[in-house]
Amino acid sequence: MSICGYEVDKDGIATVIIDMPGPVNVMNGDFTESMKQTIGNLAAERDAIGVVIASGKKTFFAGGDVKGMAAAPGAGFNEQITHAIMAGRHLFRSFEKLNLPIVAAINGAALGGGYELTLACNYRIAWDDKSVLIGLPEATLGLLPGGGGVVRMTKKFGIAKALPYLIDGTTMPASEALEAGLLDEVVDRVEDLIPRAKAWILSNKDNPNAALQPWDRPGYQIPGGDLSASAVRGFVNQTAFRLFEETRGLLPNKQLIFDVAVEALKLDLDTALKIESRGLATLIISPISKNLMSANFFQSTEVRRGGARPKDIARFRVSKVGVIGTGDVARTLSRASALAGIDTVILGAKPGDAGQAKASLALAEPDAPVLAGILATDVPSDLSGCEVIVATESADEALLGAVEKSARESVWCALNDAGAEASDPRTELRGRFVRLSVAPTDLQMAVIEVARGDFSSDGAVAKVYDFLRQIRSQPIVTLDTGVAFVERVLIHQLVEALSLVVEGVSPVRVENLSRAIGLREAPLTTIDQIGLARFASLAKRHGHPSVTPRVVALLDRIVAQGRGGRQAGAGFYDYPAAGKVLFRELSARSDDGQSSIADQDVKDRLLFSAVLESIRQVETGVLLSVAEGNIALLRAIGAPMWTGGYIQFVNTYGPQKLLDQCNALAARFGARFESPQILIEKMKTGESFA
Amino acid sequence: MVRIRTIGAMSQHAYIFDAVRTPRSKGKADGALHEVKPIALVSGLLNELQARHDLDTARVDDVILGCVTPVKDQGTNIAKCAVQYAGWDESVAGVQLNRFCASGLEAVNIAAQKVISGWEQLIVAGGVESMSRVPMGSDGGVVVFDPEYLIGQRATPQGVGADLIATLEGWSREDVDAFAVESQKRAAYARDSGYFDRSVVPVKDRNGVTILAKDDFIKPNTSLEGLAALKPSFAHAAANGADAAAISKYPEVERINHVHHAGNSSGIVDGASAVLVGSESIGRDLRLTPRGRVVAGVITSTEPTIMLVGPGPAAKKCLAVAGMSANDIDLWEINEAFSSVAMRYMRDLGIDHQVTNVNGGAIAMGHPLGATGGVLVSIMLDELERRGLKRGMLSMCVGGGMGISTIIERV
Repeated sequence: MSICGYEVDKDGIATVIIDMPGPVNVMNGDFTESMKQTIGNLAAERDAIGVVIASGKKTFFAGGDVKGMAAAPGAGFNEQITHAIMAGRHLFRSFEKLNLPIVAAINGAALGGGYELTLACNYRIAWDDKSVLIGLPEATLGLLPGGGGVVRMTKKFGIAKALPYLIDGTTMPASEALEAGLLDEVVDRVEDLIPRAKAWILSNKDNPNAALQPWDRPGYQIPGGDLSASAVRGFVNQTAFRLFEETRGLLPNKQLIFDVAVEALKLDLDTALKIESRGLATLIISPISKNLMSANFFQSTEVRRGGARPKDIARFRVSKVGVIGTGDVARTLSRASALAGIDTVILGAKPGDAGQAKASLALAEPDAPVLAGILATDVPSDLSGCEVIVATESADEALLGAVEKSARESVWCALNDAGAEASDPRTELRGRFVRLSVAPTDLQMAVIEVARGDFSSDGAVAKVYDFLRQIRSQPIVTLDTGVAFVERVLIHQLVEALSLVVEGVSPVRVENLSRAIGLREAPLTTIDQIGLARFASLAKRHGHPSVTPRVVALLDRIVAQGRGGRQAGAGFYDYPAAGKVLFRELSARSDDGQSSIADQDVKDRLLFSAVLESIRQVETGVLLSVAEGNIALLRAIGAPMWTGGYIQFVNTYGPQKLLDQCNALAARFGARFESPQILIEKMKTGESFA
Repeated sequence: MVRIRTIGAMSQHAYIFDAVRTPRSKGKADGALHEVKPIALVSGLLNELQARHDLDTARVDDVILGCVTPVKDQGTNIAKCAVQYAGWDESVAGVQLNRFCASGLEAVNIAAQKVISGWEQLIVAGGVESMSRVPMGSDGGVVVFDPEYLIGQRATPQGVGADLIATLEGWSREDVDAFAVESQKRAAYARDSGYFDRSVVPVKDRNGVTILAKDDFIKPNTSLEGLAALKPSFAHAAANGADAAAISKYPEVERINHVHHAGNSSGIVDGASAVLVGSESIGRDLRLTPRGRVVAGVITSTEPTIMLVGPGPAAKKCLAVAGMSANDIDLWEINEAFSSVAMRYMRDLGIDHQVTNVNGGAIAMGHPLGATGGVLVSIMLDELERRGLKRGMLSMCVGGGMGISTIIERV
């Protein structure tokens, strides 16, 4: 039987079941060939009155072949790739040219190409179940919905409504999609899908437009209008600059989606589809899309599946956790733990400390009664039975000793070098000690680094890993050498930024040019947020010795003027009510744009300082999983999305080019830009960083 | 090998026999000229030239009109339409051109080039813009709605460029407002003293009844205090990403100081202009007395996002083409698109406000886009004559970073 076989019932309704070999239905050559055949056969059915398209799998249709697109060759293959993509557009168009109404019966996820298939149908019915996700997530992979998605969404909904779905790559459950108009109908029970689809065909038996897409009807007007409507022109003009501000021109796929959507306003469907296909081909060829597919598909999947968590150890479900300390970090951690349904104990050194911490949490979120369930205590024995204990700040020996007595089975975590025990764990903790670190910018604890050392057993690492998963933080596992990976990369980049300031580049340029390379947060803004004194101590620990002393001197000078950072109310910035402004005196001392250090050099130094430090940590063996490294850099310190993470960046930038860049930067700006050995090795072996 | 030599033709001058314009009025539905078709604004001027000089229109080779929004009432080559509508001889051609805000001056420069080349002898050059009937941007186009271009080129609104100039130069809101107050004061004084009377041709209806006789857009009572109350027009650009797009090209700028508003920017008005340019021989034939001549005219272009800094470089280029220096220029006209544009022009050239826009400018009287270049010719010529001076420079900022300049002198 064909993978797109069909049967015609007594009413003349054909039901096509897409059922490909393998777990899901995907867009590939086999599918295209088979579906083309099916449409041809349906056209020849004399008595057919309509078609239902359904899936033989749990999901409806998985869409484009991401692996294939990621593996496609890049520059130099424009001709082949363009032709291949261009050929694809005819299949869904043939649905619309078939003189029979087609109803999509959506029993499972219809994302990307899956939803694009349904857009070429005349009616969309879905099962209202949480497994049924609808949407066009291509944009998040650096691609565009190239199966007619951009063009048909724009024609169907108008640009103002369609564009956010296309550019943000939003996916949503069926009920929400119904409300948004992305679906026409939902059913409560999956077995009602096909009968409802057939009923729609029967009830539209005499409707001459049932098989005709709106855009194929004469006089069709796009909702909201085309470019002759001043509201649409205004929308396009304003959206262009908003999109620039969001992407800094660094995510070409979003710009291309926008451009194709505007073309769809001007042109007939067939011509617009050609433009859309060419756009997808452009993106498949581009390195940035490969970086985004890497980060947001392959590596995020790898990380989700456990990354460098010790294999072969059963998953834990932690039920009781102790947090030692009452500061911000302790509060954030306790909150997340309690919200995850874990019995959470906060231990303060002094009576009342923990109670105060708990009260502030409960006060901030009165809607979360679970926070009121946190046990706040200054009695160490209350931590007995905790499977994981996280020390978040220094505590005296006596207190720690008392905790240990009542928690001999617990895994101990020293967060951000909390306490003296961190650098030298006591022997009693052998086998059950790990070090945790959170980047100073990562206030939400999106990523927590689990550093495993001599005292960390696989079981302890896995238990902590699973606990962090429970509290919705992304753990990454590194080797404990006393270096926190993410923090180190961040500090290297920030020290480089300050080094530029020391060399006379105006702080304004440093901030603006960091935005130009796509940093989520500008360096001096970040340092203010960390606090200058804390940053100075981090710089001394991590920074490159050739630049750090001058940088620390600059920090000292600023701190001496009472400018300690954001918390102190002033740092590199002043913080008036109208919005932050860079400290005038500092700006006045520098170049005002006339520095001998060109814009491109400033951008390169900011970018490559982080890239090189990232791969150095692969070289030293600190980083155990490249995928985890990239994802952590993106989420915890806001590495530019277009890089796919600073390590992935090297793969598409090219090791030879990076080596040349290192040599050029080292010659002009110092030995810290010299190439790490691992780069030369990768070049020899031709391997990528994976 | 064939050698082609042009003999004599290149040496002829492009004389200005006359320059006229309509009064300017608010370019909205309640403006005095809204009821007048753009074609009628032009034909009124053509008929005035014809009447003043008892002109044999069959001797006119071409009519070149600038028009920036050539759609609707201004579509389908309004220049040729206006020639016929005015009842001129059917041998007279017409062409509409669009070099954004410089269109009118471009028309004059092209007319001069045609005459100097010897290919043509008599041209009417000028422009028309009924901004009330055909609003700016209503022709759409790449800079309005092409995302690839807008983002790729950072084609931010002009006002952001004007504010960026002020930011880079360190000019405050008070600085740019002070310039605007002076423009109003000068324009009101000049109009009320009759300095514009020779050039301004009243707009009349089909019964010969006057609709508008003098510029009515000027606000003589403008004060610093009054302007201080106006809200900046482009402050929203900080929120909608346009500032970020502009700053991406000027990373030395922390934030753009939005200082321009309706009171220190050129006014949106309706109006038209016409300049009669021709050769010495046709002047003799038709007994036309030259009032001046076009010495040189140039176009140039600069960084497009800031967009409005072209006039200084254009003026310098024009001086070079003419073989002159700034000292050879008696009076200067810079189109007051925005205060900062005129202030930047004076700073670029090292010239004083005392000799620049001596009778005010577009902030007070308005900027009927395609027509303004021709308007400047008439204003300059009148003032050179009134003061008994020789030479003037006209400059304008132009979309896309272009700048245009023309030197004229009395003969």
